[in-house]
Amino acid sequence: MTAPENRKYTKTHEWVLVDGTTAVLGITDVAQNELGDITYLELPEAGESVTSGEPFGVVESVKAASDVYSPIDGEVIERNDEAVDAPELINQSPYEKAWLVKVKLNDPSQVDALLSSSDYDTFAAEQMG
Amino acid sequence: MTTTSATARRTALYERHVELGARMVEFAGWEMPVQYSGILAEHQAVRSAAGLFDLGHMGEVEFDGPDAEAFLQWTTTNDVSLLQPGQAQYSLLPNETGGVVDDIIVYRKTGDAKAYFVVVNASNRERDVAWWQELRSRRGDLDVTVTDVSDRTGMIAIQGPNAELISVKVTDAELPAIEYFTWTSATVAGVEAMIARTGYTGEDGFEFYSSYDDIAAIWDALLVAGSDDGLVPVGLGARDTLRLEARMPLYGQELGDDISPYEAGLGWAVKLDAKEFVGREPMAATKASKPKRRTVGFTTIERSGAPRTHCKVFAGDAEIGEVTSGAFSPTLQKNIGLALIQREYAGVGKPLHVEIRGKRVSAEQAKTPFYKREQ
Repeated sequence: MTAPENRKYTKTHEWVLVDGTTAVLGITDVAQNELGDITYLELPEAGESVTSGEPFGVVESVKAASDVYSPIDGEVIERNDEAVDAPELINQSPYEKAWLVKVKLNDPSQVDALLSSSDYDTFAAEQMG
Repeated sequence: MTTTSATARRTALYERHVELGARMVEFAGWEMPVQYSGILAEHQAVRSAAGLFDLGHMGEVEFDGPDAEAFLQWTTTNDVSLLQPGQAQYSLLPNETGGVVDDIIVYRKTGDAKAYFVVVNASNRERDVAWWQELRSRRGDLDVTVTDVSDRTGMIAIQGPNAELISVKVTDAELPAIEYFTWTSATVAGVEAMIARTGYTGEDGFEFYSSYDDIAAIWDALLVAGSDDGLVPVGLGARDTLRLEARMPLYGQELGDDISPYEAGLGWAVKLDAKEFVGREPMAATKASKPKRRTVGFTTIERSGAPRTHCKVFAGDAEIGEVTSGAFSPTLQKNIGLALIQREYAGVGKPLHVEIRGKRVSAEQAKTPFYKREQ
């Protein structure tokens, strides 16, 4: 699956969809496929802050646990409880139903430095070999 | 994607795994499938229908000669003399300090000769064979040959409630007559094979051994024969969750050089009174003084990620041991684990805390096996 064009991406396989001063974060299809069956999800609650380059959540598959990194600074305004209760949603719908958190951005220009969808697709194809 | 080094060995079925879309990983120096469709789906298939496993990485060692029985009596913990032709036995290869070099299955060959075929873990094959050769050199009085036949032997397993009804389609052997932990030689899919009613999943099923070149014929025939009965190929990922639910030990986790069988809950495979064997004295001493540690099962009772090997275990503020194996159980839909803890804290229903990714999570000791099939 190619990455949707309307968002930005990280080399640690997260996506960011920006709407004005808020952003929605999630993990990519490449990431969910690489992890395999996801059985557990841990996310921050509304009011907690996230920091660029720092983990904000944990996604766990049968095989292993992986941190999810925030590419931006901000404050969580909503988390996806549906995905927390049914983590397999991440395997089924990583870009839509299984968004992870909505964040109020401290500095919307931080997003400009992230990868475009086509750059991410190229990066992921090289990395996955 | 593959995450393997150039030196990893491949089994006779490697090309088939790639064609089936398996994700290959390196395990014990072998390039093995960790999953095909997905670990959860493969796990459920084995519990509800059947799964097919490539076990070509496992080691096989033959013991022949007039003193093969005496030699295995001296170098394994279980009582080999109980085996009739065609019977199999779970056993341990002991070290000299009361620990375990490997856990093994000893098959007595058919016919009158007391000769044996022993299956060992892939990760221990070389050191097992070296240890047996060393022990053989110490016993010039025993006439026995020890032959590592791993490279010329293929091995697969079919496991699950439909294993027998699928397997009867590919062999003329009388499968219902093969009891648990017995085996027979037979023609399977046109090739000569050994069929054993053994496994590592907690389900009914068979393990097939043949020459390295013939194993693919059996694999192919079973996959075709099982296509209407839910048979799917299963990788090492589900093999691990299946064996953990059935509380079967994994060497390197529940078993090791410095873990007594009495601490691992495998004292039933040690026959102290039946015979003399390597490491008997320290094992007997551990048993007599009561082992200081015990392996217990537990489930977590608050929401958390899965416990993993080496997670620390606490009772109150006291650190009392560590997790040996842990996982999200696909059958129970909750986190399960085994832990080696100080004996005085062991007991079904007693509380524990398990440190999972830096957080101490409440857990409760549970009866094992976590899963037992309906007979």
